[in-house]
Amino acid sequence: MAYGQVISAIYRHDSRRVLATLIRLLGDFDLAEEALHDAFTAAIVQWQRDGVPDNPRAWLVSAGRFKAIDNLRRRARFDASQAELARQIEVNAEDRLQDDSEALEDDRLRLIFTCCHPALPPPAQIALTLREICGLTTEEIAHAFLCTPTTVAQRIVRAKAKIRDAGIPYQVPSRDELPERMESVLRVIYLVFNEGYSASSGSALTRVDLSDEAIRIGRLLVGLLPEPEAVGLLALMLLHESRREARVSPTGELVRLSDQDRLHWCQEGIAEGGALVELALKSRRFGPYTLQAAIAAVHAEAASAAETDWLQIIGLYDVLLRIEPSPVAELNRAVAVAMYEGPEAGLALIDALLARGELQDYHLAYAAQADLYRQVGRMNEARAAYRQALAFCVQQPERQFLTRQLDSLG
Amino acid sequence: MKYLCLVYCSESTLHSLPDSPRDEECLAYAESVQASGRMVVAEALQSVTTATTVRVRNGKMTITDGPFAETKEQLAGFYLIEARDLNEALQLSAKIPAARVGSVEVRPVRELGVPTQPLDMQEASSP
Repeated sequence: MAYGQVISAIYRHDSRRVLATLIRLLGDFDLAEEALHDAFTAAIVQWQRDGVPDNPRAWLVSAGRFKAIDNLRRRARFDASQAELARQIEVNAEDRLQDDSEALEDDRLRLIFTCCHPALPPPAQIALTLREICGLTTEEIAHAFLCTPTTVAQRIVRAKAKIRDAGIPYQVPSRDELPERMESVLRVIYLVFNEGYSASSGSALTRVDLSDEAIRIGRLLVGLLPEPEAVGLLALMLLHESRREARVSPTGELVRLSDQDRLHWCQEGIAEGGALVELALKSRRFGPYTLQAAIAAVHAEAASAAETDWLQIIGLYDVLLRIEPSPVAELNRAVAVAMYEGPEAGLALIDALLARGELQDYHLAYAAQADLYRQVGRMNEARAAYRQALAFCVQQPERQFLTRQLDSLG
Repeated sequence: MKYLCLVYCSESTLHSLPDSPRDEECLAYAESVQASGRMVVAEALQSVTTATTVRVRNGKMTITDGPFAETKEQLAGFYLIEARDLNEALQLSAKIPAARVGSVEVRPVRELGVPTQPLDMQEASSP
Protein backbone atom coordinates (compact mmCIF):
# COMPACT_ATOMS: atom_id res chain seq x y z
CA MET A 1 0.00 0.00 0.00
CA ALA A 2 1.27 3.46 -0.85
CA TYR A 3 2.18 5.72 2.06
CA GLY A 4 -0.70 8.11 1.33
CA GLN A 5 -3.17 5.24 1.46
CA VAL A 6 -1.76 4.05 4.78
CA ILE A 7 -2.22 7.51 6.27
CA SER A 8 -5.77 7.87 5.00
CA ALA A 9 -6.67 4.38 6.26
CA ILE A 10 -5.36 5.31 9.71
CA TYR A 11 -7.22 8.60 9.53
CA ARG A 12 -10.48 6.86 8.65
CA HIS A 13 -10.08 4.23 11.32
CA ASP A 14 -8.61 6.25 14.16
CA SER A 15 -9.25 9.98 13.81
CA ARG A 16 -12.62 9.90 15.64
CA ARG A 17 -11.17 7.70 18.39
CA VAL A 18 -8.21 10.03 18.84
CA LEU A 19 -10.54 13.03 18.88
CA ALA A 20 -12.75 11.42 21.55
CA THR A 21 -9.73 10.88 23.79
CA LEU A 22 -8.29 14.34 23.13
CA ILE A 23 -11.60 15.95 24.13
CA ARG A 24 -11.35 14.17 27.48
CA LEU A 25 -7.68 15.04 27.99
CA LEU A 26 -8.02 18.67 26.92
CA GLY A 27 -11.56 19.27 28.18
CA ASP A 28 -12.50 21.31 25.13
CA PHE A 29 -13.93 20.39 21.71
CA ASP A 30 -12.21 23.12 19.68
CA LEU A 31 -8.85 22.62 21.32
CA ALA A 32 -9.13 18.88 20.66
CA GLU A 33 -10.01 19.34 16.97
CA GLU A 34 -7.09 21.68 16.47
CA ALA A 35 -4.79 19.23 18.26
CA LEU A 36 -6.07 16.33 16.13
CA HIS A 37 -5.32 18.29 12.98
CA ASP A 38 -1.84 19.22 14.20
CA ALA A 39 -1.09 15.65 15.25
CA PHE A 40 -1.94 14.28 11.81
CA THR A 41 0.07 17.00 10.11
CA ALA A 42 3.09 16.00 12.23
CA ALA A 43 2.45 12.30 11.62
CA ILE A 44 2.52 12.68 7.84
CA VAL A 45 6.03 14.11 8.01
CA GLN A 46 7.50 12.01 10.80
CA TRP A 47 6.06 8.62 9.84
CA GLN A 48 7.38 8.94 6.32
CA ARG A 49 10.85 9.45 7.78
CA ASP A 50 10.72 6.99 10.72
CA GLY A 51 8.00 4.57 9.68
CA VAL A 52 4.50 4.16 11.09
CA PRO A 53 4.61 3.47 14.86
CA ASP A 54 3.25 0.18 16.28
CA ASN A 55 0.38 1.96 17.97
CA PRO A 56 -0.49 4.93 15.76
CA ARG A 57 -3.47 5.87 17.89
CA ALA A 58 -1.41 6.28 21.06
CA TRP A 59 1.19 8.23 19.09
CA LEU A 60 -1.50 10.59 17.75
CA VAL A 61 -3.07 11.13 21.18
CA SER A 62 0.29 11.92 22.70
CA ALA A 63 1.34 14.18 19.81
CA GLY A 64 -2.05 15.94 19.91
CA ARG A 65 -1.68 16.63 23.59
CA PHE A 66 1.78 18.13 23.18
CA LYS A 67 0.61 20.25 20.25
CA ALA A 68 -2.28 21.55 22.36
CA ILE A 69 0.07 22.49 25.18
CA ASP A 70 2.37 24.24 22.66
CA ASN A 71 -0.57 26.13 21.18
CA LEU A 72 -1.76 27.25 24.60
CA ARG A 73 1.77 28.35 25.60
CA ARG A 74 2.06 30.38 22.41
CA ARG A 75 -1.26 32.08 23.14
CA ALA A 76 -0.15 32.66 26.74
CA ARG A 77 1.97 35.55 25.45
CA PHE A 78 -1.30 37.40 24.87
CA ASP A 79 -3.51 35.79 27.51
CA ALA A 80 -1.99 34.70 30.82
CA SER A 81 -4.88 32.34 31.66
CA GLN A 82 -3.81 30.06 28.78
CA ALA A 83 -0.52 29.25 30.54
CA GLU A 84 -2.38 27.97 33.57
CA LEU A 85 -4.62 25.88 31.31
CA ALA A 86 -1.56 24.40 29.57
CA ARG A 87 -0.01 23.53 32.93
CA GLN A 88 -3.24 21.84 34.11
CA ILE A 89 -3.46 19.76 30.94
CA GLU A 90 0.16 18.72 31.35
CA VAL A 91 -0.40 17.57 34.93
CA ASN A 92 -3.81 15.96 34.40
CA ALA A 93 -2.89 14.18 31.22
CA GLU A 94 0.03 12.39 32.86
CA ASP A 95 -2.22 10.17 34.96
CA ARG A 96 -5.10 10.07 32.47
CA LEU A 97 -2.79 8.75 29.77
CA GLN A 98 -1.99 5.72 31.89
CA ASP A 99 -5.56 4.57 31.31
CA ASP A 100 -5.94 1.23 29.61
CA SER A 101 -7.51 0.69 26.22
CA GLU A 102 -10.92 0.17 27.82
CA ALA A 103 -10.90 3.77 28.98
CA LEU A 104 -10.06 4.85 25.44
CA GLU A 105 -13.06 2.96 24.10
CA ASP A 106 -15.13 4.65 26.81
CA ASP A 107 -14.09 7.97 25.33
CA ARG A 108 -16.12 7.17 22.24
CA LEU A 109 -19.15 6.42 24.40
CA ARG A 110 -18.59 9.67 26.31
CA LEU A 111 -18.53 11.52 23.01
CA ILE A 112 -21.83 9.95 21.92
CA PHE A 113 -23.59 10.82 25.16
CA THR A 114 -22.23 14.36 25.18
CA CYS A 115 -23.19 15.08 21.56
CA CYS A 116 -26.69 13.67 22.15
CA HIS A 117 -27.21 15.36 25.52
CA PRO A 118 -30.92 16.22 25.81
CA ALA A 119 -29.97 19.67 27.15
CA LEU A 120 -28.87 20.54 23.60
CA PRO A 121 -31.53 21.38 20.99
CA PRO A 122 -32.27 18.34 18.76
CA PRO A 123 -30.95 19.87 15.49
CA ALA A 124 -27.70 20.65 17.31
CA GLN A 125 -27.49 17.10 18.69
CA ILE A 126 -27.72 15.78 15.14
CA ALA A 127 -25.20 18.25 13.70
CA LEU A 128 -22.73 17.65 16.54
CA THR A 129 -23.07 13.87 16.25
CA LEU A 130 -22.40 13.88 12.51
CA ARG A 131 -19.53 16.32 12.91
CA GLU A 132 -17.72 14.86 15.93
CA ILE A 133 -18.56 11.16 15.84
CA CYS A 134 -18.86 10.57 12.09
CA GLY A 135 -16.36 13.23 11.04
CA LEU A 136 -18.63 14.72 8.35
CA THR A 137 -17.83 18.25 7.29
CA THR A 138 -20.16 21.17 7.94
CA GLU A 139 -20.86 21.31 4.20
CA GLU A 140 -21.78 17.61 4.06
CA ILE A 141 -24.17 17.98 6.98
CA ALA A 142 -25.74 21.08 5.43
CA HIS A 143 -26.21 19.27 2.13
CA ALA A 144 -27.81 16.26 3.79
CA PHE A 145 -30.29 18.38 5.75
CA LEU A 146 -30.95 20.92 3.00
CA CYS A 147 -29.77 23.90 4.99
CA THR A 148 -26.86 26.30 4.65
CA PRO A 149 -23.39 25.53 6.03
CA THR A 150 -23.67 28.75 8.06
CA THR A 151 -26.74 27.39 9.83
CA VAL A 152 -24.99 24.12 10.64
CA ALA A 153 -21.82 25.90 11.77
CA GLN A 154 -23.87 28.14 14.07
CA ARG A 155 -25.68 25.18 15.59
CA ILE A 156 -22.36 23.50 16.32
CA VAL A 157 -20.76 26.64 17.76
CA ARG A 158 -23.77 27.26 20.03
CA ALA A 159 -23.86 23.63 21.13
CA LYS A 160 -20.18 23.69 22.05
CA ALA A 161 -20.71 26.95 23.94
CA LYS A 162 -23.55 25.38 25.90
CA ILE A 163 -21.48 22.29 26.67
CA ARG A 164 -18.80 24.56 28.08
CA ASP A 165 -20.92 27.21 29.84
CA ALA A 166 -23.66 25.01 31.25
CA GLY A 167 -21.17 22.41 32.45
CA ILE A 168 -22.39 19.45 30.37
CA PRO A 169 -19.93 16.76 31.49
CA TYR A 170 -17.95 14.42 29.27
CA GLN A 171 -19.03 11.18 30.82
CA VAL A 172 -21.08 8.04 30.37
CA PRO A 173 -24.28 8.49 32.41
CA SER A 174 -24.80 6.54 35.60
CA ARG A 175 -27.26 3.62 35.77
CA ASP A 176 -30.19 5.74 37.00
CA GLU A 177 -29.63 8.41 34.36
CA LEU A 178 -29.15 5.87 31.58
CA PRO A 179 -32.77 5.29 30.42
CA GLU A 180 -33.58 8.90 29.52
CA ARG A 181 -30.09 9.60 28.21
CA MET A 182 -30.15 6.46 26.06
CA GLU A 183 -33.52 7.55 24.67
CA SER A 184 -31.98 10.77 23.43
CA VAL A 185 -29.01 8.98 21.81
CA LEU A 186 -31.29 6.49 20.06
CA ARG A 187 -33.59 9.27 18.85
CA VAL A 188 -30.67 11.11 17.25
CA ILE A 189 -29.42 7.96 15.53
CA TYR A 190 -32.91 7.10 14.23
CA LEU A 191 -33.50 10.67 13.00
CA VAL A 192 -30.24 10.56 11.07
CA PHE A 193 -31.20 7.18 9.63
CA ASN A 194 -34.68 8.34 8.62
CA GLU A 195 -33.36 11.49 7.03
CA GLY A 196 -31.16 9.26 4.89
CA TYR A 197 -33.82 6.63 4.27
CA SER A 198 -36.75 8.84 3.38
CA ALA A 199 -35.53 12.36 2.89
CA SER A 200 -38.25 14.62 4.29
CA SER A 201 -38.48 16.65 1.09
CA GLY A 202 -36.82 17.09 -2.26
CA SER A 203 -36.22 14.75 -5.14
CA ALA A 204 -33.88 12.05 -3.85
CA LEU A 205 -35.89 9.34 -2.13
CA THR A 206 -32.92 8.07 -0.17
CA ARG A 207 -29.65 9.60 0.90
CA VAL A 208 -27.39 6.63 1.30
CA ASP A 209 -24.69 8.36 3.28
CA LEU A 210 -26.82 9.36 6.27
CA SER A 211 -28.35 5.90 6.68
CA ASP A 212 -24.90 4.35 6.53
CA GLU A 213 -23.62 6.77 9.14
CA ALA A 214 -26.58 6.03 11.41
CA ILE A 215 -25.97 2.28 11.12
CA ARG A 216 -22.28 2.87 11.86
CA ILE A 217 -23.09 4.77 15.07
CA GLY A 218 -25.67 2.12 15.91
CA ARG A 219 -23.05 -0.61 15.59
CA LEU A 220 -20.56 1.40 17.61
CA LEU A 221 -23.13 1.94 20.37
CA VAL A 222 -24.14 -1.73 20.47
CA GLY A 223 -20.47 -2.71 20.62
CA LEU A 224 -19.82 -0.38 23.54
CA LEU A 225 -23.09 -0.62 25.44
CA PRO A 226 -25.36 -3.47 24.31
CA GLU A 227 -28.59 -2.20 25.90
CA PRO A 228 -31.67 -4.00 24.48
CA GLU A 229 -33.15 -0.91 22.83
CA ALA A 230 -29.82 -0.04 21.20
CA VAL A 231 -29.76 -3.57 19.79
CA GLY A 232 -33.41 -3.18 18.74
CA LEU A 233 -32.70 0.10 16.94
CA LEU A 234 -29.74 -1.40 15.07
CA ALA A 235 -31.98 -4.31 14.02
CA LEU A 236 -34.70 -1.91 12.89
CA MET A 237 -32.26 0.09 10.76
CA LEU A 238 -30.72 -3.03 9.20
CA LEU A 239 -34.14 -4.44 8.34
CA HIS A 240 -35.30 -1.19 6.74
CA GLU A 241 -32.00 -0.89 4.92
CA SER A 242 -32.36 -4.42 3.55
CA ARG A 243 -35.35 -3.19 1.48
CA ARG A 244 -33.65 -0.08 0.17
CA GLU A 245 -33.11 -1.34 -3.35
CA ALA A 246 -36.61 -2.73 -3.74
CA ARG A 247 -38.47 0.33 -2.51
CA VAL A 248 -37.59 2.59 -5.42
CA SER A 249 -38.35 1.74 -9.05
CA PRO A 250 -35.75 2.30 -11.80
CA THR A 251 -37.62 5.53 -12.66
CA GLY A 252 -37.19 6.78 -9.09
CA GLU A 253 -40.73 6.09 -7.97
CA LEU A 254 -41.71 4.72 -4.58
CA VAL A 255 -42.72 1.04 -4.51
CA ARG A 256 -45.08 -0.07 -1.76
CA LEU A 257 -44.05 -2.91 0.55
CA SER A 258 -46.74 -5.17 -0.92
CA ASP A 259 -45.51 -4.54 -4.49
CA GLN A 260 -41.79 -4.84 -3.85
CA ASP A 261 -39.75 -7.53 -5.56
CA ARG A 262 -38.63 -9.49 -2.52
CA LEU A 263 -35.76 -11.03 -4.47
CA HIS A 264 -34.14 -7.62 -4.24
CA TRP A 265 -34.26 -7.59 -0.46
CA CYS A 266 -30.80 -7.93 1.03
CA GLN A 267 -30.78 -11.30 2.80
CA GLU A 268 -27.62 -10.52 4.72
CA GLY A 269 -29.26 -7.50 6.36
CA ILE A 270 -32.43 -9.49 7.09
CA ALA A 271 -30.44 -12.29 8.75
CA GLU A 272 -28.38 -9.91 10.89
CA GLY A 273 -31.41 -7.77 11.78
CA GLY A 274 -33.52 -10.82 12.62
CA ALA A 275 -30.88 -12.26 14.94
CA LEU A 276 -30.54 -8.91 16.73
CA VAL A 277 -34.34 -8.68 17.19
CA GLU A 278 -34.35 -12.05 18.90
CA LEU A 279 -31.48 -11.02 21.12
CA ALA A 280 -33.29 -7.83 22.16
CA LEU A 281 -36.62 -9.60 22.73
CA LYS A 282 -34.95 -12.19 24.96
CA SER A 283 -33.72 -9.43 27.30
CA ARG A 284 -37.34 -8.71 28.30
CA ARG A 285 -36.28 -5.08 28.76
CA PHE A 286 -37.12 -4.11 25.21
CA GLY A 287 -39.08 -1.06 24.09
CA PRO A 288 -40.53 0.60 21.00
CA TYR A 289 -37.46 0.21 18.75
CA THR A 290 -37.27 -3.53 19.35
CA LEU A 291 -41.00 -3.93 18.70
CA GLN A 292 -40.83 -1.97 15.46
CA ALA A 293 -37.85 -4.12 14.47
CA ALA A 294 -39.85 -7.24 15.30
CA ILE A 295 -42.65 -6.02 13.00
CA ALA A 296 -40.11 -5.34 10.24
CA ALA A 297 -38.68 -8.84 10.78
CA VAL A 298 -42.10 -10.47 10.33
CA HIS A 299 -42.44 -8.64 7.00
CA ALA A 300 -38.90 -9.65 6.04
CA GLU A 301 -39.59 -13.33 6.69
CA ALA A 302 -42.68 -13.45 4.46
CA ALA A 303 -42.35 -14.59 0.85
CA SER A 304 -45.13 -12.22 -0.22
CA ALA A 305 -47.57 -9.69 1.25
CA ALA A 306 -50.32 -12.33 1.23
CA GLU A 307 -48.19 -14.85 3.10
CA THR A 308 -47.32 -12.36 5.85
CA ASP A 309 -48.28 -13.32 9.40
CA TRP A 310 -50.62 -10.33 9.79
CA LEU A 311 -52.04 -11.58 13.07
CA GLN A 312 -48.58 -11.50 14.63
CA ILE A 313 -48.03 -8.00 13.25
CA ILE A 314 -51.33 -6.80 14.76
CA GLY A 315 -50.28 -8.33 18.09
CA LEU A 316 -46.91 -6.57 17.99
CA TYR A 317 -48.62 -3.24 17.22
CA ASP A 318 -50.92 -3.80 20.21
CA VAL A 319 -47.91 -4.16 22.51
CA LEU A 320 -46.21 -1.18 20.86
CA LEU A 321 -49.30 1.01 21.30
CA ARG A 322 -49.52 0.03 24.96
CA ILE A 323 -45.98 1.19 25.75
CA GLU A 324 -45.87 4.10 23.32
CA PRO A 325 -49.22 5.33 21.99
CA SER A 326 -48.85 7.05 18.61
CA PRO A 327 -51.37 7.79 15.85
CA VAL A 328 -48.86 6.74 13.16
CA ALA A 329 -48.49 3.31 14.77
CA GLU A 330 -52.30 3.13 14.98
CA LEU A 331 -52.51 3.85 11.27
CA ASN A 332 -50.03 1.07 10.53
CA ARG A 333 -52.00 -1.28 12.74
CA ALA A 334 -55.16 -0.37 10.80
CA VAL A 335 -53.44 -1.32 7.55
CA ALA A 336 -52.44 -4.68 9.06
CA VAL A 337 -56.04 -5.20 10.22
CA ALA A 338 -57.22 -4.48 6.66
CA MET A 339 -54.85 -7.17 5.39
CA TYR A 340 -56.05 -9.67 7.97
CA GLU A 341 -59.79 -8.97 8.25
CA GLY A 342 -60.48 -7.12 5.01
CA PRO A 343 -60.52 -3.51 3.80
CA GLU A 344 -63.79 -2.54 5.55
CA ALA A 345 -62.31 -3.24 8.98
CA GLY A 346 -59.23 -1.17 8.14
CA LEU A 347 -61.31 1.72 6.79
CA ALA A 348 -63.39 1.85 9.96
CA LEU A 349 -60.22 2.21 12.05
CA ILE A 350 -58.71 4.92 9.81
CA ASP A 351 -62.01 6.85 9.71
CA ALA A 352 -62.13 6.78 13.50
CA LEU A 353 -58.50 7.93 13.68
CA LEU A 354 -59.12 10.88 11.35
CA ALA A 355 -62.41 11.71 13.09
CA ARG A 356 -60.44 12.03 16.34
CA GLY A 357 -58.54 14.86 14.69
CA GLU A 358 -55.30 12.85 14.52
CA LEU A 359 -53.09 12.69 11.42
CA GLN A 360 -55.25 15.22 9.55
CA ASP A 361 -52.25 16.59 7.70
CA TYR A 362 -50.41 13.27 7.32
CA HIS A 363 -50.47 12.25 3.66
CA LEU A 364 -50.01 8.53 4.32
CA ALA A 365 -53.27 8.40 6.29
CA TYR A 366 -55.16 9.54 3.16
CA ALA A 367 -53.07 7.30 0.89
CA ALA A 368 -53.93 4.24 3.01
CA GLN A 369 -57.58 5.28 3.08
CA ALA A 370 -57.59 5.72 -0.70
CA ASP A 371 -56.14 2.23 -1.27
CA LEU A 372 -58.82 0.66 0.87
CA TYR A 373 -61.65 2.66 -0.76
CA ARG A 374 -60.40 1.44 -4.11
CA GLN A 375 -60.37 -2.16 -2.91
CA VAL A 376 -64.04 -1.97 -1.92
CA GLY A 377 -64.96 -0.18 -5.16
CA ARG A 378 -65.77 3.25 -3.70
CA MET A 379 -63.90 5.05 -6.49
CA ASN A 380 -65.12 8.61 -5.87
CA GLU A 381 -64.01 8.45 -2.27
CA ALA A 382 -60.72 6.88 -3.35
CA ARG A 383 -60.08 9.77 -5.77
CA ALA A 384 -60.88 12.35 -3.10
CA ALA A 385 -58.54 10.64 -0.62
CA TYR A 386 -55.65 10.50 -3.14
CA ARG A 387 -56.14 14.22 -3.78
CA GLN A 388 -56.03 14.88 -0.03
CA ALA A 389 -52.84 12.80 0.21
CA LEU A 390 -51.25 14.80 -2.62
CA ALA A 391 -52.18 18.05 -0.91
CA PHE A 392 -50.06 17.11 2.12
CA CYS A 393 -47.21 15.24 0.37
CA VAL A 394 -44.00 17.15 -0.34
CA GLN A 395 -41.63 14.37 -1.33
CA GLN A 396 -41.24 14.01 -5.09
CA PRO A 397 -41.09 10.19 -5.54
CA GLU A 398 -44.12 9.78 -3.28
CA ARG A 399 -46.02 12.48 -5.20
CA GLN A 400 -45.25 10.63 -8.42
CA PHE A 401 -46.60 7.43 -6.92
CA LEU A 402 -49.80 9.08 -5.65
CA THR A 403 -50.39 10.88 -8.94
CA ARG A 404 -50.13 7.61 -10.82
CA GLN A 405 -52.59 5.96 -8.42
CA LEU A 406 -55.02 8.82 -8.92
CA ASP A 407 -54.65 8.71 -12.71
CA SER A 408 -55.22 4.95 -12.80
CA LEU A 409 -58.69 5.52 -11.32
CA GLY A 410 -59.58 7.50 -14.43
CA MET B 1 -20.34 25.22 39.39
CA LYS B 2 -23.31 27.09 40.75
CA TYR B 3 -26.74 26.53 39.21
CA LEU B 4 -29.95 28.44 39.83
CA CYS B 5 -32.92 26.10 39.61
CA LEU B 6 -36.05 28.15 38.99
CA VAL B 7 -39.23 26.33 39.90
CA TYR B 8 -42.19 27.31 37.74
CA CYS B 9 -45.76 26.19 38.40
CA SER B 10 -49.25 27.25 37.55
CA GLU B 11 -50.20 28.93 40.83
CA SER B 12 -53.86 28.08 40.44
CA THR B 13 -53.19 24.34 40.40
CA LEU B 14 -49.92 24.05 42.35
CA HIS B 15 -51.63 22.78 45.49
CA SER B 16 -54.67 21.08 44.04
CA LEU B 17 -53.40 18.38 41.63
CA PRO B 18 -53.20 14.71 42.65
CA ASP B 19 -49.39 14.93 42.37
CA SER B 20 -49.13 18.26 44.19
CA PRO B 21 -46.47 18.21 46.88
CA ARG B 22 -47.28 19.14 50.46
CA ASP B 23 -45.21 21.78 52.23
CA GLU B 24 -43.63 19.17 54.53
CA GLU B 25 -42.32 17.21 51.53
CA CYS B 26 -40.81 20.37 49.98
CA LEU B 27 -39.17 21.27 53.26
CA ALA B 28 -37.83 17.76 53.74
CA TYR B 29 -36.26 17.79 50.28
CA ALA B 30 -34.65 21.18 50.89
CA GLU B 31 -33.20 19.79 54.12
CA SER B 32 -31.80 16.74 52.33
CA VAL B 33 -30.08 18.95 49.74
CA GLN B 34 -28.73 21.06 52.61
CA ALA B 35 -27.39 17.92 54.28
CA SER B 36 -25.68 16.82 51.06
CA GLY B 37 -23.66 20.03 51.10
CA ARG B 38 -24.94 21.11 47.68
CA MET B 39 -27.24 23.89 48.89
CA VAL B 40 -26.39 27.56 48.69
CA VAL B 41 -29.89 28.86 49.33
CA ALA B 42 -33.49 27.88 48.49
CA GLU B 43 -36.75 29.71 49.04
CA ALA B 44 -40.40 29.43 48.12
CA LEU B 45 -42.00 32.66 46.93
CA GLN B 46 -45.25 34.43 47.71
CA SER B 47 -47.87 34.43 44.96
CA VAL B 48 -47.13 36.38 41.80
CA THR B 49 -50.08 38.65 42.76
CA THR B 50 -47.73 40.16 45.36
CA ALA B 51 -45.08 40.97 42.71
CA THR B 52 -44.04 44.49 41.77
CA THR B 53 -41.86 45.33 38.80
CA VAL B 54 -39.34 48.16 38.80
CA ARG B 55 -37.70 49.73 35.75
CA VAL B 56 -35.31 52.60 35.35
CA ARG B 57 -35.29 54.40 31.99
CA ASN B 58 -33.29 57.56 31.37
CA GLY B 59 -32.73 57.76 35.07
CA LYS B 60 -36.44 57.68 35.82
CA MET B 61 -37.86 54.91 37.92
CA THR B 62 -41.24 53.39 37.15
CA ILE B 63 -43.11 50.96 39.32
CA THR B 64 -45.81 48.65 38.01
CA ASP B 65 -47.97 45.99 39.53
CA GLY B 66 -47.33 42.37 38.66
CA PRO B 67 -44.60 40.38 36.96
CA PHE B 68 -42.61 41.41 33.90
CA ALA B 69 -44.62 39.13 31.60
CA GLU B 70 -47.90 37.25 31.95
CA THR B 71 -47.25 33.52 31.57
CA LYS B 72 -49.15 30.32 32.19
CA GLU B 73 -46.60 29.23 34.78
CA GLN B 74 -45.24 31.49 37.47
CA LEU B 75 -41.99 31.47 39.40
CA ALA B 76 -42.90 29.70 42.64
CA GLY B 77 -39.49 29.28 44.21
CA PHE B 78 -35.83 28.60 43.57
CA TYR B 79 -32.79 26.61 44.60
CA LEU B 80 -29.27 27.96 44.25
CA ILE B 81 -27.04 24.90 44.34
CA GLU B 82 -23.42 23.96 43.94
CA ALA B 83 -23.09 20.99 41.59
CA ARG B 84 -20.24 19.14 39.89
CA ASP B 85 -21.79 19.57 36.45
CA LEU B 86 -25.11 19.97 34.62
CA ASN B 87 -25.98 16.29 35.05
CA GLU B 88 -25.79 16.54 38.81
CA ALA B 89 -27.80 19.78 38.76
CA LEU B 90 -30.47 18.09 36.60
CA GLN B 91 -30.66 15.08 38.91
CA LEU B 92 -31.09 17.36 41.94
CA SER B 93 -33.73 19.42 40.10
CA ALA B 94 -35.71 16.37 39.04
CA LYS B 95 -36.24 15.51 42.70
CA ILE B 96 -37.67 18.92 43.64
CA PRO B 97 -41.25 17.86 44.53
CA ALA B 98 -42.88 20.72 42.58
CA ALA B 99 -41.25 19.40 39.37
CA ARG B 100 -44.05 16.81 39.32
CA VAL B 101 -46.66 19.50 38.64
CA GLY B 102 -44.53 22.30 37.20
CA SER B 103 -41.10 22.66 35.65
CA VAL B 104 -37.62 23.57 36.74
CA GLU B 105 -35.39 25.78 34.63
CA VAL B 106 -31.75 25.05 35.38
CA ARG B 107 -29.40 27.95 34.69
CA PRO B 108 -25.66 27.95 35.24
CA VAL B 109 -24.51 30.97 37.20
CA ARG B 110 -22.23 33.21 35.18
CA GLU B 111 -19.12 34.07 37.14
CA LEU B 112 -18.53 37.74 36.49
CA GLY B 113 -14.86 38.52 36.22
CA VAL B 114 -14.99 40.76 39.30
CA PRO B 115 -13.32 39.51 42.47
CA THR B 116 -16.01 39.35 45.15
CA GLN B 117 -15.25 40.77 48.53
CA PRO B 118 -16.11 38.67 51.54
CA LEU B 119 -19.11 40.07 53.39
CA ASP B 120 -17.20 40.96 56.56
CA MET B 121 -14.64 42.93 54.53
CA GLN B 122 -17.43 45.00 52.98
CA GLU B 123 -18.81 45.76 56.42
CA ALA B 124 -15.39 46.64 57.74
CA SER B 125 -14.72 49.09 54.93
CA SER B 126 -18.07 50.88 55.24
CA PRO B 127 -18.03 53.91 57.50
